[in-house]
Amino acid sequence: MTLVKTKIGRRSFIRTSALAGGGMMVGFSWLASCKMTPEQVNNLPKEWFDINGFLKIADNGLVTIMSPNPEIGQNVKTAMPMIVADELDVDWKDVIVEQAPLNLDVFQRQLAGGSQSIRHGWEGLRMAGATARKMLKQAAAKAWEVPEAEISTAMGRLEHKASGKSAGYGEMASAAVQEEKPDEAPESIEAPEEVELKSIDQFTIIGTDRKNVDGPNIITGKPLFGIDIYEEGMLTAMIVHPPAFGLTYKSMNADEAKGMPGIKDIFHVTVYPEDAEKQWSDGGGIPELVAIVGESTWQCMQAKKALQVEWDTPEALESTKSYGDDLSKLLEAPVEKPARADGDFKKAFAGASKTIERTYTAPFLAHNTMEPMNFYANVTADKAVLKGPIQTPEFLEKTLASVLKMPLEKIDIDMTRMGGGFGRRLYGHFGVEAAVISQKVGAPIKLVYSREDDMTQGTYRPAYKVNFKAGLDANNQLIAWYVKGVGTNDDLIFENRFPAGAVDNYLAEKNSLNTKITTGAWRAPRSNFIAGAEQSFMDEVAELAGKDPIEFRLELFERATSNPVGDPEKNDYDPQRYAGVLKLVKEKSNWGNGDKARGVSAYYCHNSYVAQVLDLNMNGNQPQVDEVWCAVDCGIVINPISAKNQIEGGIIDGIGHATFSQMTFENGAPQQQNFNDYRLIRHSEAPKAIHSYFIDNGIDPTGLGEPSLPPIVAALANAMYKATGKRVYNQPYILEKEVVG
Amino acid sequence: MAIFNLNINGETKEVDVDPATPMLWVLRDHVKLVGTKYGCGIAQCGACTVHLGDNAVRSCQLPVSAVGEQKITTIEGLSENGDHPIQKAWLEIDVPQCGYCQAGQIMSASALLKRNPNPSDEEIESAMNGNICRCGTYTRIKKAIKTAASSENV
Repeated sequence: MTLVKTKIGRRSFIRTSALAGGGMMVGFSWLASCKMTPEQVNNLPKEWFDINGFLKIADNGLVTIMSPNPEIGQNVKTAMPMIVADELDVDWKDVIVEQAPLNLDVFQRQLAGGSQSIRHGWEGLRMAGATARKMLKQAAAKAWEVPEAEISTAMGRLEHKASGKSAGYGEMASAAVQEEKPDEAPESIEAPEEVELKSIDQFTIIGTDRKNVDGPNIITGKPLFGIDIYEEGMLTAMIVHPPAFGLTYKSMNADEAKGMPGIKDIFHVTVYPEDAEKQWSDGGGIPELVAIVGESTWQCMQAKKALQVEWDTPEALESTKSYGDDLSKLLEAPVEKPARADGDFKKAFAGASKTIERTYTAPFLAHNTMEPMNFYANVTADKAVLKGPIQTPEFLEKTLASVLKMPLEKIDIDMTRMGGGFGRRLYGHFGVEAAVISQKVGAPIKLVYSREDDMTQGTYRPAYKVNFKAGLDANNQLIAWYVKGVGTNDDLIFENRFPAGAVDNYLAEKNSLNTKITTGAWRAPRSNFIAGAEQSFMDEVAELAGKDPIEFRLELFERATSNPVGDPEKNDYDPQRYAGVLKLVKEKSNWGNGDKARGVSAYYCHNSYVAQVLDLNMNGNQPQVDEVWCAVDCGIVINPISAKNQIEGGIIDGIGHATFSQMTFENGAPQQQNFNDYRLIRHSEAPKAIHSYFIDNGIDPTGLGEPSLPPIVAALANAMYKATGKRVYNQPYILEKEVVG
Repeated sequence: MAIFNLNINGETKEVDVDPATPMLWVLRDHVKLVGTKYGCGIAQCGACTVHLGDNAVRSCQLPVSAVGEQKITTIEGLSENGDHPIQKAWLEIDVPQCGYCQAGQIMSASALLKRNPNPSDEEIESAMNGNICRCGTYTRIKKAIKTAASSENV
């Protein structure tokens, strides 16, 4: 056990009404049943006792655990409550999970991004469960007049063996509240200053397979998503945004559209006034738009077609081709100072026995969450109620306070389950748009983007270009490594990642150019491209050295372990954990045997290590992935079945985008607008089998939603080379030409 | 606007809408059955898949005026208690990630098994290729369809 200081506010058990405790919610998700049995109905809780904001215990022993962070498909809504439940020591079948609203008084970092929900939440979630368990033990000690240390817990029950006394958590919570006298200060149970956390071998829920808590609702089509919200008196809203990046609103002719059936109003709207205090999360928000408000979605869509909007072109518009040229120039231009320099790269490269230089590119990508952007808002004179899919509710609330000129406490944000995020819903301008439109029409509205709106008003993955150089000495040792990366609005390079620290002469440079195209975080930002480029190049360098690509990498990790170059504290990876996943995937994939076209890759990001081996066949110029083996070190795995799902999803996502996807622009206008011209991976193109393995090392958990995506891009490229004898340098691989440049 | 009496999940529903309105929006906006999802509006993603009779169709391309007497089944009506073999297999394999496309996937898969109770891998891929999953749950979907096909009650 570990003793930790609690950060939970000092408070006692609080009685809440059964209704507030989730009477409706119980009917929805209790015991994952679609219909409640009569027995379940009879056993509905009469009272709930809120212990610390994270959890409520009912008189009958049911436990409601709040999942604090937004759910985008990374399944934190199952994993986070699992952590609380384990420390609380309850039976998982008695747990009801509820999505918490934005409430920073109780919860920390209510954000979905950077694969950090579990890593950052780990201690706080454990503490919430452990605190509640200790308070229940204190209540029992008091009620039974026995020392607290003699009381044990298991499966939601308290027991004092010596006296033979025992009670369920529900009974004890109930008793603890009843002891309090309304006119006296609470004398009884307060949150402890210190609690003991379980040791790893005491976990009963963490590390066991627990299925998605929303599974039964998903497979029966229950309203879970923002787009599913239908409130009394609610109207539907759509927007018209500029058709090209760089255009601004000029005028419109809405005469015909306004007269169409079901249309309530069409107006120009300023989403972000000049004095608005924007947050980073407002990203691609366009200041001025046209809004259409009507009775139904279809009617709004028809009016949108009839509406004529004119746009101004205040400055020259940009195209993919011009970005390509500009990135190429930027790649050749000197930088002011290197991001990192060890030894003397230029000298070592000039004196090397063998050298190699390669350049890699990737296009812009749209996020394309299956649920298009949407948000519900009901803004009245003294209150703003918003509900919808948002990865950054805290920042949305701040922007709303500024735009609506309303204090934070008058703004409520509920988070719905999200039909995908991938970074797109970090940028919550659609929530601001919904609020401003609701305020203007004086009615609750649900803003819905069409697919075309969604795809063409993106915060895209930036386009990138990167150049690598490497030099080997006469013994085929890697003595010189150079990387220079450039991107649109993004400088690409993580200078302290591998192979920094493993090569004597290392030089990393980076630069970026500004574009009017709005860009932002897209699943595993920067890593999603640089990993594929770096690990493809590594494969060629290993080949040049005449070495097996896994052995070549292991030699470098050995060097970084035994005799690291530069200050080892600066290297933001652990070479032994890196080597660990490579060794595991080597063993599991039976590397070195068989005659399949096979590639390997390894990468570290989001605090986790991933190594992959991929087998494929070529179908013309299209790779058909057969099998993937994936070894992962993300520390303690909370929910193995779900962890595998994340790994599989990242692999398929990475293969799909690297093979098929691109977003191009002409005169500022996105050239792909829907899934007929933006190609995503489909069933028949997915790998036939994916095998995932996790290192069991008891280290505190790290990121899992993103790390399996970046390296697979290179495992794919390296296997394609084995199949065809040709290296691929430019994504999407199916085109193998520079989409940018 | 015109009045239509539709047979949806075994119940008659009366709606008063423009005859060109796609069933997708009739279901969502008017009948308030929101399990059927909007994804693309041009029959490219499959999120809006429902059954027209026994066939899987994209409801975003099916005008309400074309439905007539034919039975519409949505995800809400696929089974009474969420226990269609496909739904059970989906839970057993823990298929969903974000879950948004899954109703469409399930409706395509259940229509497939109705006409072909024991599909091969290629037949599954061919029947399911119109349903995009952005989270990448394809391998588990295939496994779940096979699990359901091998269960007795299809």
